[in-house]
Amino acid sequence: MGLFFSIVAFFIVALIGYLGYFSPMIFGVVIPYLALAIFLLGIVVRIIKWAKSPVPFRITTTAGQQKTMPWIRRNRFDNPSNAWETIVRMLLEILFFRSLFRNTKASIKDGKKLVYGSEKWLWLFAILFHWSFLIIVLRHFRFFSQPTPNFVSLLQSIDGFFQVGVPIIYITNVAIVVALTYLFLRRVINQKIKYISLSSDYFPLLLIFGIAITGILMRYFFKVDLVQIKELAVGILSFNPVIPEALHPLFSLHLFLVSVLLIYFPMSKLVHMPGIFFSPTRNLANDNREKRHINPWNNEFKMHYHTYEEYEDEFREVMKNVNLPLEKEEK
Amino acid sequence: MYDAPKVILGIIVFLLLFTSPLWINIFGGQTSVKPNIQLPKDANECVYPTEYMKNYHMDLLNDWRDKVVRDNQRFLLKNGNFVDFRGKKMEMSLSHTCMKCHNNKSQFCDQCHNYLSVNPYCWDCHVAPKEGMK
Repeated sequence: MGLFFSIVAFFIVALIGYLGYFSPMIFGVVIPYLALAIFLLGIVVRIIKWAKSPVPFRITTTAGQQKTMPWIRRNRFDNPSNAWETIVRMLLEILFFRSLFRNTKASIKDGKKLVYGSEKWLWLFAILFHWSFLIIVLRHFRFFSQPTPNFVSLLQSIDGFFQVGVPIIYITNVAIVVALTYLFLRRVINQKIKYISLSSDYFPLLLIFGIAITGILMRYFFKVDLVQIKELAVGILSFNPVIPEALHPLFSLHLFLVSVLLIYFPMSKLVHMPGIFFSPTRNLANDNREKRHINPWNNEFKMHYHTYEEYEDEFREVMKNVNLPLEKEEK
Repeated sequence: MYDAPKVILGIIVFLLLFTSPLWINIFGGQTSVKPNIQLPKDANECVYPTEYMKNYHMDLLNDWRDKVVRDNQRFLLKNGNFVDFRGKKMEMSLSHTCMKCHNNKSQFCDQCHNYLSVNPYCWDCHVAPKEGMK
């Protein structure tokens, strides 16, 4: 159901985008501006909303030995105890997807035994996808800004290292299509994952797949007037938009899908981009035993603590009957 | 809001990064720079129509490169006959055919290529023509 719904939704969006070439002003200028505004504002609103939720206690889901006695070897970055170790853990998470690297797979062996094994495919294709997407966005600065920043040429020469074809085939272009195909088929073919997948899982994959495919088509097969496109992009991104005389249908489709992605971003699972910085299980040092963390809404003066002495007084008889050691023996 | 200084710093970094093209455009002061192609004055006919050349010249040059360098076929053939171009057999050559008319690399090729940071590797092998020589 979710799959069907998201495919239908994607094709409706794609049809609208394809027909966008009828109105260069709306699809070339108005919708991109709207999308950028909703994206930027939406993300800020989401961040502020997250920042308003208190995290009173360090959530210690760790995968390494906590700092304890000096002779016990600790795992500094999987179980950090101060700020800079936490920063390293966050960097490992954001840049290399460390949590996903620990992904395991449950399967039934010999028909009766449940076994858990390492499963790295999701990590591999996830990291391929995310890094490719980032590099592709950065490469697009050649359209976004005039003068083009220097890093674009560097990225292009590394990305096109193999010098195959003309225009040169970029490694990231191949990688993003392969990775998205895997990430999509994983949800469709694996019954366990299909069961927990929603249309909001399929839809962004289809959307980004559509963006990648239209981009590749424009680069290698149906060439579009790039000078005109750069003039449009630079016009928009300098608040001096020039309404193009005509839009190539493929380009209006590409641009509309990107606009929909930007609008969809702050109100979907895709907000994990800023959200990862707010993961309480990753961004807090595990120092519960070293420092006392107090609930921010506690009122120290009004609160009544049930101390151990009071607890012992309350259950003295019961504890005595089962021979539990007591702090204060009563005569 | 908890951890307000860190969160606000994060929001500022996010906004700056995602609007960076805006600042480059506004403060770079080069948004009016556009490709200004100098067309050859004494020729009015290209090997293919302008629209095709504009978008697909790289495919054409690549195809020519393969034919000349790999198949040892220097002149363009169509149905077994040499193609006539401006009274001569059409030679598949960047330097001898294209650059005969479009003789100024920096006023022609580089205009769009630099604008869109396209770095073709033509001149890794070919010797770039000297400017100003007619």
